[in-house]
Amino acid sequence: MSTVANSIFSPELAARFDHLVTIYPLRRSALVPMLLYAQDELGYVSDAAVAEIAERIEILELDVRNVLSYYSMLRTKPAGKYNVQVCTNISCMLRGGYEILDHCKKTLGVGHKETAPDGVFSLEEVECIGACCWAPAMQINYDFHDDLTPEKVDVLFQMYRDGQGKDVK
Amino acid sequence: MPALVSHPDEVKVISRRFGMGAADIEKYIELDGYKAVQQAIANGPAWIIDTMKASGLRGRGGAGFPTGMKWSFVPKVSEKPKYVLVNGDESEPGTCKDHVIFLHDPHAVIEGTMIAGLAIGSKLGFIYLRGEYRYLLKIVEKAVADAYAKGFLGKNIFGTGVDFDIITQTGAGAYEVGEESALMESLEGKRGVPRIKPPFPAVVGLYGGPTVINNAETIANAPHILLMGGEAYAKLGTERNGGTRLFGISGHVERPGVYELPMGYSLRKAIYEVAGGIKDGKKLKAVVPGGASCPVLTADEIDVGLDFDQMGKAGTMLGSGGIVVLDETVSIVEFALRTIAFYQHESCGWCIPCREGTDWIKKTLTRVYNGGGSRKDVDNVQYLAENMMGRTFCPLGDAAAMPTLGFVKKFRKEFEEYIDGNRAGTPLITVEQLVGAGH
Repeated sequence: MSTVANSIFSPELAARFDHLVTIYPLRRSALVPMLLYAQDELGYVSDAAVAEIAERIEILELDVRNVLSYYSMLRTKPAGKYNVQVCTNISCMLRGGYEILDHCKKTLGVGHKETAPDGVFSLEEVECIGACCWAPAMQINYDFHDDLTPEKVDVLFQMYRDGQGKDVK
Repeated sequence: MPALVSHPDEVKVISRRFGMGAADIEKYIELDGYKAVQQAIANGPAWIIDTMKASGLRGRGGAGFPTGMKWSFVPKVSEKPKYVLVNGDESEPGTCKDHVIFLHDPHAVIEGTMIAGLAIGSKLGFIYLRGEYRYLLKIVEKAVADAYAKGFLGKNIFGTGVDFDIITQTGAGAYEVGEESALMESLEGKRGVPRIKPPFPAVVGLYGGPTVINNAETIANAPHILLMGGEAYAKLGTERNGGTRLFGISGHVERPGVYELPMGYSLRKAIYEVAGGIKDGKKLKAVVPGGASCPVLTADEIDVGLDFDQMGKAGTMLGSGGIVVLDETVSIVEFALRTIAFYQHESCGWCIPCREGTDWIKKTLTRVYNGGGSRKDVDNVQYLAENMMGRTFCPLGDAAAMPTLGFVKKFRKEFEEYIDGNRAGTPLITVEQLVGAGH
């Protein structure tokens, strides 16, 4: 059995991981989801998370890092509590995606892949998020926000600041 | 939540349950859900494959391969387990159709997965969603759990003695993983780099076993086809292009949205009638007809039917059905640069022509865009793109080269005038924005 003594994850996530590695024909198939779920809980994929995931899957830490570095959603440094991901790909660009990105930069006072000093928001310019027909669009953590205008972005940011935004784990 | 749209010309097959609460299993059952899979169990694999072949359904991910034929390629006897893999890694810019399927009718994807499994003799299916679609993954996970609770999945489904399981999987951000062999790598817990073919997945796929991999929309069509009959579905479309498909119309149109139209429907009507015409009464400049990788069509090339063969004859592709509409204000130089910037960002680096080609095209177009280009740069871009074509393991290299070639061939004059200082279109981005940002 793969249960890890002194897991760095919450008991719920540790139990989920215990189960996850058993459901596939190969244990290693759990790797990509585990990295993402670990990041959801910790805010980023820490060295300790890499070590524990390697132990759980029974592969080298190097193999974990090899996969970790490939996927654009995975990060090895903390982001803000709310990571704002603005799409500027073609459909969003045509409907004002760059205007939205610039507005976010000005409002939050941060650039691409930067976190505001208070740690509440971080910003990221991302490639197509699959919301082309409701452009311009962005995600805050995992929540989609469509048909954006700068005014709508202001309202959304205020909602998140007031604790009315969702904090999706 | 994305708004649903409708138009009188729509023919609703796959979208027939959209907006009706069919993510709820009881509602899905009420709307003829899980009837097709029981017919499939009763009638057997040969009947399923014959019906799918008769339907003329072709892969909705973009390649347009006949689905029934794909299923028939899987060996009947295999030492290794066989698998069904549903590709919901929807990442082609301009494409958001699977998004609405997962949102409104997740059980159709599950039922379709089971039908594909029965057709090829598999007992395990995977539904892989891109990492960004977490809220949709939760909807699909709940639907799978509800199907297990009803005895529709697991051991002895519907009391027939047949076993079938489904595992849902999340990606973590990678366009490349939408390519079938890269998706298998990702599902095996590796970097999403493509595999050489042959062997094809139908023979050696996931975990080395014979695998059917289909786009989510393709799979979700299967229950509808079995219920209505292959011939009836085929009749909705054109010759060799059966049925209907979801078209996501985005960009400069009055009513962007995902519409279900018969195969062969006029591109002009899709833009001017279904999507309400060009936004703010402007003029049409160009259309990227099937996701970012499809060669552009100019405003006078849109009298073409939306099926795989007619679009092929028109020198482009039906692709993923993501129609991106550009009005007269768009600078093609800028649009071409933004397109290649995407492919350069997403190239996994495995094949040199793609890794270097996308990088050099982006660098060259950036120089042009920045005002420092020469006319020879346009030739260089074309040369680079032509030499990427067909020289990579997976289609990402082609996907980057094809739209680039379309832009420089069809809008060469605009590139040259831009270089000479006469710039068409209204710039949306500065070079600083492009170079300094996430690309």
